[in-house]
Formats: sequence, C-alpha cells, structure tokens
Amino acid sequence: MVKRRAWAVLGAVALVLAVGGPASPKVEGDTIILGAAVSLTGKYSINGKNTQDGYELGVKRINEMGGVRVGEKYYRIKVIYYDDESTPARGAQLAERLINQDGVKFMLGPYSSGLTKAIAPVTEKYRIPMVEGNGADRALFTQGYKYMFAVLSTSDQYLREAMSLAAEQAQKQGRDPKTLKVAMAFENDPFSMDVRDGVLEDVQRLGMKIVIDDKLPPELNDMAATLTKVRAVKPDILVVSGHARGATLAVRQVSDMKVDVPMLAVTHCDSAKVAETLGKAAEYALCASQWDRSLSYKDKWFGTADEYAKRFEKEFRYDPPYQAAESTAALLVFVDAFERAGSFDTEKVRDAIAATDLMTFYGPVKFDKTGKNIAKPMVLYQIQDGKYKVVAPTKWASTKLIHPIPLWSKR
Amino acid sequence: MVDNLLLLFNAPILSVQLLVDGILIGAIFALAAYGMALVWGVMDIINIAQGEFVMLGGYVTFFLAAAGVHPLYTVPVAAAALYLLGWVLYRTVVFRVVDKDMFISILATFGISIVLQQLANELFEADVRTAESGLGTLFFADGVIVVSQIKLVAFFCALVLGGALFLFLKRSRLGLAIRATAQNARAARIMGVNTDRVFATTFALNAAICGAAGSLVVMTWLVHPYLGLAYTLRAFMIVTVAGLGNMASVVFASLGLGAAENFAGFLLGTEYQAAFVFSLLVAILVWRNARLSRQRKYLK
Repeated sequence: MVKRRAWAVLGAVALVLAVGGPASPKVEGDTIILGAAVSLTGKYSINGKNTQDGYELGVKRINEMGGVRVGEKYYRIKVIYYDDESTPARGAQLAERLINQDGVKFMLGPYSSGLTKAIAPVTEKYRIPMVEGNGADRALFTQGYKYMFAVLSTSDQYLREAMSLAAEQAQKQGRDPKTLKVAMAFENDPFSMDVRDGVLEDVQRLGMKIVIDDKLPPELNDMAATLTKVRAVKPDILVVSGHARGATLAVRQVSDMKVDVPMLAVTHCDSAKVAETLGKAAEYALCASQWDRSLSYKDKWFGTADEYAKRFEKEFRYDPPYQAAESTAALLVFVDAFERAGSFDTEKVRDAIAATDLMTFYGPVKFDKTGKNIAKPMVLYQIQDGKYKVVAPTKWASTKLIHPIPLWSKR
Repeated sequence: MVDNLLLLFNAPILSVQLLVDGILIGAIFALAAYGMALVWGVMDIINIAQGEFVMLGGYVTFFLAAAGVHPLYTVPVAAAALYLLGWVLYRTVVFRVVDKDMFISILATFGISIVLQQLANELFEADVRTAESGLGTLFFADGVIVVSQIKLVAFFCALVLGGALFLFLKRSRLGLAIRATAQNARAARIMGVNTDRVFATTFALNAAICGAAGSLVVMTWLVHPYLGLAYTLRAFMIVTVAGLGNMASVVFASLGLGAAENFAGFLLGTEYQAAFVFSLLVAILVWRNARLSRQRKYLK
C-alpha cells in the first residue's frame, strides 16, 4: 500500500517535471535567466550570430561589473539560446518552449522582423516582457502589444534620410526636387517592404517620380534584368534593400554593368561588408545604418560607442555591426529596468521598461506607447576610399557627401 | 509591365542586351544541367545535391582567391576538389542506392544536399562571398550594350568543358564504358565493364563539372551556403525539357532558359522571374504530353 502511494507521488512529480511545472525557476541561485531564439542557421544566420554576440557581450560585461543590483542583492545574468533556423514557425515554438519548459520570464528578441512577429504574440499571451533590437517592422507597433519594446529605429526610417539628402542636393544644384526620378528595388519581405513604404511616403511628400519599382525574390541571385532597366531609364537615385545578398548583388552588378546613377542607397551593406569585399566597386554607395562607432553616445557600462566596439572586437574578432550593438542595447534596457523595478516581478519590470529614459553607447532609448524607441535617429554612410563615412544626418556628419557619383567612364 | 514593354519597343537594342546577358547566364546553368543529365542517364539517379556541388565549387575559388591565387586559375582546382568529393560520396553513400528505387536515391541525395548545406554554413558561415576576377567590361553599340568580361569567360569555359565532356564520352575507353552502362548496365557488366567504377567516375565527373560552374558563379555573382537550390531546380528543369540523351539539346535548353528568364525579369519584374520559368516548364510538359498522346493515337 505504502509502496503504491510512493509510486503515485513519484508519478505526479515526474508529470510536473515533464510539463515544466507552474513555477519553474526564473532565478537560479543568484543568476537571473533570460531567453532568446536566434537564427544560427538558415538565411539569417550572419545577423543571427551578430545578435547572439551582442547579447553575450552585454552579459559578459554586466557580470564582470558585478551583475544586476535588484533590491539588496546582486544577480548574475545568463541567457538561454535556441536556434530558430530562420523560420518564424520554429521561432514561435521555441518561445513557447523557453517560457513553458525553461521557465524564462524575460525574453530578448530574435533577429529580423519576421521572427519577431512570430514570437511577439507568444510573449504577449504569457505576459512576458520582451526587449528586442532587431525587429524594425512598423506592423509590430500597430498590434497594441504591451510587453514588447524595441530599441532600434523602425524600418520605414532606413532610407528616408537618403531621399531627404537627394532633395537637399537637388536644391543645392538649383534643381527642383520634383524633377528627380527614383528607381526602387526591394526584396519582397516584411522588412524591405517597410523600407519601401518609408521611401514611398517621402517620394510623395517631396513630389518625386518613381520610374522603376521592382520587387526582388527571396532566392535572388542576379539583378541583371532590373539593372538593364535602370541603365535605360537613367534615374537620379537608385534605392535597394534586400538584406546582405541584395546589397552585395546591387553594388557588384552596378559596377559590372557600369550603371551610371548619381546616387545609390542600400541597406545592410555593413553586414554584407561591401566595402571590404568589393573594393572599388563599392565606392560612393550610401548605406543606411542604425548606429556607428564614431558617434559620441556614451554610457556607464561600455563608455563610448568606440569603446564598446573595441571591447566587441577583442571578444569576437570582428568589427561590431549595428545588429550586434542594438542587441547589446536591448540587454542594457533590461538591466536598467531590473534595477529600477527592484524586483523580478514581470509586471513591475514591464512598467519599468515602459518608463525607460536611458542613454546608452548605442544612442538614447525612450519608448512611446507602442513600444518603439522614439529617441534615436538613423545614420547614413557613404563609402569613400574603402571606408564607411557618416554623411547624414548632416547634423553629425563627420564627412562631406560626394554627389553626384562620378561616371564610370571618368573613374 | 506595359511600361516595360513600351520601353522595349522604344529602345529595341535593350532586347539585345537582355538576350546576351541571358545566354551568358544560361551557359552556367548548362554546366549544372550537363552533369545532372549524365548522372540521371547513366545511374538513374536524380541528384538533388547538384546545387550544393556548385556552391562548394564557389567556396573553393573564394578561399583560394582570398589566399592570393587569381580566381581564374582556380576553376580547375575547384573541379578537381569536387571530383574528389564526388568520388568519396559515391564510395560512402551513393553506391548503396544505385540500383534501388528512384525515390530512395532522391531521398539519399536530398540528405547529402542538406548535410553539405549545413556543413558549409557551419564551416564557412552564412556570409555572402564573392571573388573579384579583376576583368573589365566590354561596351558595344556606343556603350548601350555592356558585357562584363567575366560572363564571357564563364560562357567560353562552359562551352569548352561541355565540348571536352562530349569528346571524352565519344572517344575515350571510359567514355565508351559510360555510354554502354547508360544503355544497359547489366549487359555492360556481362561484357566485362566494371560498372561500379563507371558509376563512381560518372558521379565524380558530375561533381567536378558543378564545381567548375560554382567557381564561375562566385566570380560573376556571389556564393553563400544556401545558393544550391536555385541551381538544382534549374538543372532539373533543363534536363526535364531537353531529355537525357542529347547533350546539344541540354545546351540549347539552358541558353533558352537563361534568356527567357532575363526577359521575364525585365518585363514582369524580378519577383516573377522564377514563377515564369516554372510556368514555362508546366506549359512545355503539357504541350509535349498532348503531342505524344496524339502520336499514341496513330499507333493504335
């Protein structure tokens, strides 16, 4: 009889363990555990790695400095990662797993808007605060999410600066910006479509004319057809967004086909390393960026942006792209919120995050009601002599824009 | 779309540009397709890992170029390296599925393709890579038509490789054995052909051709671990349209596909390029089936 009861108890325990239990540890001893699904394989694996490295550097630095002070106690930070294989369905599953099985109560975002879109409904359902640094899709902030916060500028902002810059330059040359012809080539994914929306709004606002509006397929391997069109209609500005692959192809083939266009603006050329790998072909291209190490932002954890970059280089042996910097910033938002909340209660932490007003090496962070960071602007580089030089917004530009791009026959 | 059509009417020279570009692109597809037709014909295996061989060939060139070798000289190295890989894959995996049901071989090569893809991702990382050939661009018709020299080189490499393969199959003893095996493996075996060796050579040869193609791809465009599928699909489509027996029709189908794809990209937008190509495949298959069924009626 006793034996039988013992078995029943054992069975119940096993069952509880199997389903994860209602109150599995979110804090193990003096370590607070966060969770993240990141893309370590699949099409986002470069940027997924950047994201993970960004988080890891933040974790390492915070732990080095003694940890997070919550109440009277200092806690170390640990992050549990899973590989979401760059697929949204897998991302959502892993979020469930992190929350239900691993008992994670605080989530860091995945890489890309698509993955964030898949994961946000899950964290929202369980009321788990998530701070993300790599989902810039505007649609993320129209769902009324209360537990999701983003430290980066939304994706529609990416190439808007380029449109203003084109208009500015036209006026300087005594030309009406309304006469400018715009060619667009955007990958057909949520991120690039948002970038396109932003560009479209500016095109309408400034009264420019769209002459090409191509959508690039995700399996893009060749842009010859689009660029043949560009050579024929001679636009004043060509804007391209298609992650690292789109950036590499655009820059490479514009050079191979000798396409003359006064202004070429692309996204992701820093993660694609176009200046480094394509050399002369990449000269004069404009690249949108969330962040740059030459900016003068500063915080108590890393010091200046440049000091952050040096620390990152030492740890991971590559120059930190903005994807890594914004991931680190997402972690810093949590650290700051834990300290202000003085507790690991999810609701208190959520409210503390919402009230964030923080300066980081990555830039200022302050969230609006929808959870997006409204304090930090975008940056535009131009590749000059093989280096990325900040040319816009003109306010912080360390370098002067070269415009128009010299003709291929004159180089 | 109407705009694009008008553009083409106003500047007919553009269609020459599209045609030239398309044909040059098609030549690289032709290489992957040759190899697929060879393996399919001789071993009755549809090699799903075709595109991965192309991708790995690209990486060979990329790494050698990064080490300071001029990328053009790396084409034979890429071919040799892939020949070796193909041979090893045959000896470890493919020989087990040669006489089996086609679905088993599809499954096996599909498995190989996933393993190669993920290995590449693990070893080389997912960065997009390119190799600079340092070749320039040719201008024709007052600079309206541009042809990058690397595409021309790729085109001629494809022709030479194709020609060499053709001669090898026609003239050499091993080529004869390969053709005999393709006709009837059992009869060939009875006649003293070492079919196992023939299979190993065929599979390795295919990998080598793909490797050379990949080497040209990385000089013309770029390479990344997930590049393969596009080449597998196109090779499959070309072989389906052209049939197994005739190398010349494989070449024409490839060049035609390249050109059709480029025109479709121009007229419909790049996003519909692939959709157009596969609709074309369906149309060709339906048309061919209709024609065959008419012939069948006569036979009755």
